[in-house]
Amino acid sequence: MEHITTPKVEQVKLLDRYTSKKPAVGTLYLTATHLIYVETPGNVRKETWILHHHIATVEKLPLTTTGCPLLIHCKNFRVAHFVLPRERDCQEVSQSLLKLSQPAKEEELYAFLYNPKQNENDRKAGWSIVDLSVEFRRMGLPNDFWELTDLNKNYGICSTYPAALAVPKVASKPTIVGSSKFRSRGRFPVLSYFHKLTNAAICRCSQPLSGFSARCVEDEQMLQAISKANPKSPFMYVVDTRPKLNAMANRAAGKGYENEDHYSNIRFQFVGIENIHVMRNSLQKLVEVCAMKSPTMSDYLTGLENSGWLRHIKAVMDAGVFLAKAVVEEKASVLVHCSDGWDRTAQVCSLASVLLDPYYRTITGLMVLIEKEWISMGHKFTQRCGHLEGDPKEVSPVFTQFIECLWHLMEQYPCAFEFNEKYLIEIHDHVYSCQFGNFIGNCQKERVELRLEERTYSVWPYLLEKKEEFINPLYKGLLKIAMLRPNTLPFNFKFWCTMYNRFDKGMHPKQSVLEHLLTLMRQKSEEEENVTELQKKLVAIDRVNEEHLCQASASAKQPTEVPPTSHSSSVHERKLMAHLTNGTSEDTGPITGSANGKGQDEWSGLESSLTVANGKTVALEIPKTSRMVEAESPTRATTTVEE
Amino acid sequence: MEFAELIKTPRVDGVVLHRPFLPTVEGTLCLTGHHLILSSRQDNTEELWLLHSNIDSIEKRFVGSLGTIIVKCKDLRVIQLDIPGMEESMNIGSSIEALSTLESVSLMYPFFYRPMFEVIEDGWNSFLPEEAFKDIESATDEWRLSGVNKDFAVCPSYPALLVVPRDMDDDTLRKAATFRHGGRFPVLSYYHKKNGMVMMRAGQPLTGTNGRRCKEDEKLINATLRAGKRGYIIDTRTINQAQQAKARGGGFEQEANYPQWRRIHKAIERWNILQESLIKLVEACNDQSPSMDRWLSKLEASNWLTHVKEILTTACLAAQCIDREGASVLVHGTEGTDSTLQVTSLAQIILDPASRTIRGFQSLVEREWLQAGHPFQQRCAQSAYSMGKPRWEAPVFLLFLDCVWQILRQFPCSFQFNEHFLVQLFQHAYASQFGTFMGNNAAERVKLKLSQKTVSLWSWVNRPQQMDRFLNPLYEPNSLVIWPSVAPQSLLLWEGVFLRWNRSSKCLDEASEEMVHIIEYNKDLQAKVNALRRQLAQLETQDSPLDTP
Repeated sequence: MEHITTPKVEQVKLLDRYTSKKPAVGTLYLTATHLIYVETPGNVRKETWILHHHIATVEKLPLTTTGCPLLIHCKNFRVAHFVLPRERDCQEVSQSLLKLSQPAKEEELYAFLYNPKQNENDRKAGWSIVDLSVEFRRMGLPNDFWELTDLNKNYGICSTYPAALAVPKVASKPTIVGSSKFRSRGRFPVLSYFHKLTNAAICRCSQPLSGFSARCVEDEQMLQAISKANPKSPFMYVVDTRPKLNAMANRAAGKGYENEDHYSNIRFQFVGIENIHVMRNSLQKLVEVCAMKSPTMSDYLTGLENSGWLRHIKAVMDAGVFLAKAVVEEKASVLVHCSDGWDRTAQVCSLASVLLDPYYRTITGLMVLIEKEWISMGHKFTQRCGHLEGDPKEVSPVFTQFIECLWHLMEQYPCAFEFNEKYLIEIHDHVYSCQFGNFIGNCQKERVELRLEERTYSVWPYLLEKKEEFINPLYKGLLKIAMLRPNTLPFNFKFWCTMYNRFDKGMHPKQSVLEHLLTLMRQKSEEEENVTELQKKLVAIDRVNEEHLCQASASAKQPTEVPPTSHSSSVHERKLMAHLTNGTSEDTGPITGSANGKGQDEWSGLESSLTVANGKTVALEIPKTSRMVEAESPTRATTTVEE
Repeated sequence: MEFAELIKTPRVDGVVLHRPFLPTVEGTLCLTGHHLILSSRQDNTEELWLLHSNIDSIEKRFVGSLGTIIVKCKDLRVIQLDIPGMEESMNIGSSIEALSTLESVSLMYPFFYRPMFEVIEDGWNSFLPEEAFKDIESATDEWRLSGVNKDFAVCPSYPALLVVPRDMDDDTLRKAATFRHGGRFPVLSYYHKKNGMVMMRAGQPLTGTNGRRCKEDEKLINATLRAGKRGYIIDTRTINQAQQAKARGGGFEQEANYPQWRRIHKAIERWNILQESLIKLVEACNDQSPSMDRWLSKLEASNWLTHVKEILTTACLAAQCIDREGASVLVHGTEGTDSTLQVTSLAQIILDPASRTIRGFQSLVEREWLQAGHPFQQRCAQSAYSMGKPRWEAPVFLLFLDCVWQILRQFPCSFQFNEHFLVQLFQHAYASQFGTFMGNNAAERVKLKLSQKTVSLWSWVNRPQQMDRFLNPLYEPNSLVIWPSVAPQSLLLWEGVFLRWNRSSKCLDEASEEMVHIIEYNKDLQAKVNALRRQLAQLETQDSPLDTP
């Protein structure tokens, strides 16, 4: 709290990013964890909460006649443009935010404060939701060729690797230790994914310390061991995910890449993904494109091209596809590395896993994959996300790119993923939020030292709790599509508006098919319950009836079967649906009068019966928000009528 | 002339057909007067039936005695035929060329086509102007239906019946027509029931360099204004273009002569530029290069999405003037047959919920495109692959459909029809068995006796079995005005048309089937719950005396 000098500023304007309409006026509060902006137009309280850790940059712009502008860019791509009446307040708020958004020590991160009032057992249980030893078993380990090793249990061989690792059975300890000495930061080849059907494996490591001519027998043995673990394949691929030039330049620093002559039966391949600095600059340019004020189509497309962002996304995707094809089509194992093996390597290995294994396309499967390939294998989340005050050159949107690749796959395969786009965005939010312990620290060793599992909460139970929101209604189940073979021609890659212009709601479709379908899914389960309940009641009454019938031997007989529904009047069924969904979906307007005039009486009868039966007025209520479509200002480009 | 003269080799065996994302088919190729047919002559195998009029251009190649013909269609599909035998393939090639470029309208397929279905409702009578006017008449008596153009003498590109201000007699109209390009005097395009404002359209005024004026024209459009109210004239050209038009006898409304009107210039490109844009876009989509930069720069250079944005922006402006400003609007460009119609028809999509129903949309196409005299025959004679020098070809209608698709994408629950319907309209505008899109205006259609001699597209579309395929399962009537976003981020490439043949649609089709399935299932479930409830209620009332012994 010592960073907060001005906890409250009144008469603060929040400028709309695009339209020149009158800005909101409200009060800005600083709390220990959030910046909160409260406006009360027409006595409706509207709050905007911005987590300090989501703040990427705070810029004090030159003083204007209306006040002192403060421009805040967030890591979740929100942009907030405040104007404070007094420069001193602005100065102090901006100073505070700089400190609060990037504290000096891990202990000051939100996760160490966050307390959802859960009991200790639940908190602990939360951390064991994802268990990587279970995941290794699921993959089929240990088996004749692969085993788990605890050689690194004290992080002695490789400080950035986890304690539990999977390696080829034939690789001896000296081989492993020797190999680790020949690899950048000791990151020797370990298993990433084992493909049961073909027996091929994806392995990962860092670049070899080969320089121009150095070689290492143990490292060569290590690769040999990986190759032998897939005895049916006469060769294995070694994929260097860097552009060839970068890899060559590394040789001068005593690093580099594998010489095909020194390793038996390897096929060496570059895939040309750029480094973290190029990616950081690319995202910066993309964000600038998103923030352009009324760009022409040409400005926008040129900006998109110049940012290079989609080119990089495609490169990652192409590499993932290369790996998956090698495994399935050539049944060959692949060893992947970049420089340190914790950025591009993580992207490519995890993407290939998603392409190969439908499990990773489920809600829990993706959690496991992120734990396995990113958190556990030492993707430096603290540095890459800029959680703490530190070198800005270490920050890079490597994980964001992986998430975006998943989105592109979902666009091409709308039925193959159990989760929807909102899940990806929620995960992305929490990677940066520091609300949970999962994405704090750069490797397992650091996490253990921080005692995160004792002091913070895990994000996964929190996400599972909200699972319903994240379901893809079109998901066809695990078995439908085994391997994904996405088309990677350039036209398949589109700008991800929901991510990068996420807070510019005006740009998004005004009605969401996903929300609509999710509403239907909820209704479906409700109605299925209703059916069961009603059928029970009917059976009960029927029984009573039958008794009476027997007694009175009445002539009328009640049907016990439910009448078939499909041939009943489809017109009013459709109208019924229209009413139902209109009432619950916020995107649509009120209902117009009867379309065909007739059948009105029958319909209104149904309507009331529905209302009564549901116990709540779902069918009749037209929510206030239904007028939003119209209330929103017309297109930006046409708001001013000029002569 | 007999088709047989053009068909030197009517049949070749052992022809191999290559289509993107489909297995190759080997079979017999037949040429008829109107179709290219490839049949494998096996049961249950797909055959290719291609209208010659759908062929935009062909390329011939010979390797030894094997000829290869690449057929590029107006619907943007590209197929390849491998034909054994030098002479056969030469003959086939030249026959296709001749048959696909027949000049004579009377030889067109719609005159020969006999429907395989029973015509329940004759589409030629589905959207008569008298009927459409009844709807306006029910809301206002300020307009009348004029027969001043009944012999197409006043304006050759207008239909026989036009909606004009009640107090303007036919003489005034005749005089106003002499002052407008092509005789296209201002007529009613849309009446906004919500506030009684109107949208009119016309050709440019023929002011010329010396600033001619026409009292009748002024009177005509002023008659549409409420007392003390101003109206907007939306000119779809830049001010410079409008100035330059004066030298050619055209021009724009001078403030001095139209003091009650504010003129707004919003540039929409003219048709020749649009054609070039289409050619570039399709070329970009067919480029197999893996380079992202190349794709994005080609997409940008095609300017297609720029045109989409311009047109939508102008349509929003027109809609805004009417709905927000409460003002009436007159739209025109030069001829009033292209950009003008894009704007007036899209403004209606935005403003009028009826035009978002499947029949309402047909009615819109009928009124604002066919009756309004968009020269379909000229504009759709060739598509993106045409080798010839473009004459009057332009994707004006396709751009309109693209804009509708953009709005549909932004409001996926507000349209009764689906994307598939829009794609069908695109296809039929360029090549069809139906007579609907033949001719350039109502006068030509009457002369060709299309309604007697051909089948209307609407007769086919409105058959229940057919219409089901065009319905949007997500539709819920939305009586509101729908404002689309025209930010570049909100406008996407229309993949359903431009990437239709360039990628497999299997997964996307599966997804839409699944969606229909979910919706249908819920409907059935809902009906079941209601049936059970009724049954229960019935039982309870019947049993109530028994329940209380």
